[in-house]
Amino acid sequence: MTEQGKTVFSRAVAAVTGGGLVSLLRTRTIVVLVLLLLALVAGIELARPGTVNALWASNMMLFAAPLGIVAAGQTLVMLTGGIDLSVANVATASAYLMATHSGLGVAPAILYGLGVGFVVGLINGIGVALLRVQPLVMTLGTGLMTEGILVVYSQKKMADAPRVPQFIEDLGAGKSLGGIPNDLIVWVPVAIILIFVLRRTGYGRLLYAIGDNSNACRLAGIRVWRILLLNYVTCGLLAAAAGLIIVGGTNSAELRLAEVYLLPSVAAVIIGGTSIFGGRGGYSGTIIGALILTVLNSILTLLDVPESVRQILYGTIILLLAAAYTRLTD
Amino acid sequence: MTVPAASHRHLTTRIWRSLRRNPSLFFMPALLAASLAITVAIHPQFSDFDLQSLAMGALPLAFAAAAQTVVVIAGGIDLSIGSVMAVANVLAASTMEKASFGQSLLLAVAVLMAGMAIGALNGLIVVLSRIPDVVATLTSGFIWGGIALVILEKPGGGAPQEFLNLGTGTLFTPWLPNALVLLVAAVGAIWIPLRRSKLGLQLYAVGSDRIAAFRSGVNIDRTRFAAYVFSGLFSAVGGLGLTMTTGIGAPLAGVYYTLSGLGAVVVGGISLAGGRGGMLGPVMAAFVLTLIPTDLIFLNIDPNFGQVIQGTLIVVIVMIGGFVDKERSRK
Repeated sequence: MTEQGKTVFSRAVAAVTGGGLVSLLRTRTIVVLVLLLLALVAGIELARPGTVNALWASNMMLFAAPLGIVAAGQTLVMLTGGIDLSVANVATASAYLMATHSGLGVAPAILYGLGVGFVVGLINGIGVALLRVQPLVMTLGTGLMTEGILVVYSQKKMADAPRVPQFIEDLGAGKSLGGIPNDLIVWVPVAIILIFVLRRTGYGRLLYAIGDNSNACRLAGIRVWRILLLNYVTCGLLAAAAGLIIVGGTNSAELRLAEVYLLPSVAAVIIGGTSIFGGRGGYSGTIIGALILTVLNSILTLLDVPESVRQILYGTIILLLAAAYTRLTD
Repeated sequence: MTVPAASHRHLTTRIWRSLRRNPSLFFMPALLAASLAITVAIHPQFSDFDLQSLAMGALPLAFAAAAQTVVVIAGGIDLSIGSVMAVANVLAASTMEKASFGQSLLLAVAVLMAGMAIGALNGLIVVLSRIPDVVATLTSGFIWGGIALVILEKPGGGAPQEFLNLGTGTLFTPWLPNALVLLVAAVGAIWIPLRRSKLGLQLYAVGSDRIAAFRSGVNIDRTRFAAYVFSGLFSAVGGLGLTMTTGIGAPLAGVYYTLSGLGAVVVGGISLAGGRGGMLGPVMAAFVLTLIPTDLIFLNIDPNFGQVIQGTLIVVIVMIGGFVDKERSRK
């Protein structure tokens, strides 16, 4: 459709609906997302009355936190027009390295875990920002490298089995003050800082600018590579932190621990309204996206279908959501 | 005497120009020859059996790379290839178990059609939903993975020996593995007519500049759709190859091939920007990537380092490619 055709079309639609729904969908996507989330919750309550209660809500927050944190890094990267396919491998490696170093004490073990995120993020950043490798290829390569190194390392470490320290277990699975999940201690500050940085600081504005037109930024004298480098390092660190929470929740460091988080981390960002081409979106949408996916998961668990069917349903719903969304905001 | 000198210079410029235009054309055969030479050097008793297992190992990966190449040339990316291969693999293994050789060939044709149908669905999703290719195929791959699990929950099934022999046996001499013949025949039979057709030209046109292609009257959506159909077809051949070389169906075996196939495409010198490259580079790269873990085993090193080397190779080659591109655009 031509640009003119588009405006005519949207005007016609606006005339029909009184300008209400469609323009609301376009300008206040976050409202729509919240409505969708509420609809899903209402659906659960209708299908299985009594499911939705304080315990259920607190469980949802507990499960959504690691996804929200991985997706936070993914949001930053996608705002600049990139993508990070290594987040799941980084999260797994971080959890595993932390667990095998838990003998040193909790703090050094956590540092080992976050160190993985820092190193892989730095390599990603150097590749993308300085050597201008396509983010998809770069993070694919570093993801393969991380996974390979982890497999080799795990075979060397066969003797002392990985152990998840109590502190991490409390962080990833525990609740305090009458049901508030402990992992919110990480997620809430991450969310507040991220939303503040994206909306109120120069760094945030630069991210949008780079995503919109990185050449223009370069010509305007912005050191684009610095921003991108910092961005990928942050994404790596966030993925590593999420890995620690995930392993706290499962209490066993496995080699495919965080594999399942790759697709949702991208999907949460897309559903949350951040464009994969960069320059548009934000973290508040991603938060709702992560919550929607978590509630969706819980619905599929309630349905009690085999893993294969669950996988098919989950993928189909993500596709439908993303399609509806892309069409609306285009 | 000036004429030969001039034509000689002309030839040099021509080689130089085509080298600059498509470095992989010369780089890939050299890399493959070098890695074969290294293999023979560290394992002097390299025999027909080693060649055969190399061809068998590279067969599914080469098809995964071929599948990805078609889509990448058209400017897209297909992250569902491994799952489509898995579907083809389990479909073949679960239906052929008690079939005769003739029946299994018919079933193979059916599997190829199923692959094309899945590819067509991928194409429809990408074209109709307007979701970016990466996200659309990442998600649809998740769905196909689920379908593979529905067809065959645990590794199992099988196929008649004559059918397996298509991928494991040898032709005429022990030095000509069937897997290699199958690979060359299948890729040649699908790719050469495609590349020479109008559609082939349109794939390149859409990949190199979508707007220019549109203004020249190319139907963008139909071309991108067709690219995914061919990707599905190549993935299905790869899935059949997996059945032949492993003898069973495994619903999770395909996953590995999405990323490694993309790796082979990148190592094979195809720019993810689209519109450039051919089939030779990625297929050869599949052999190079298969040789790496083999060599590590010969050297008594943990073959799991293979993945590390693969990842490094992908990154390094793309960096060199980016550097070459930058130099070229400076001139």
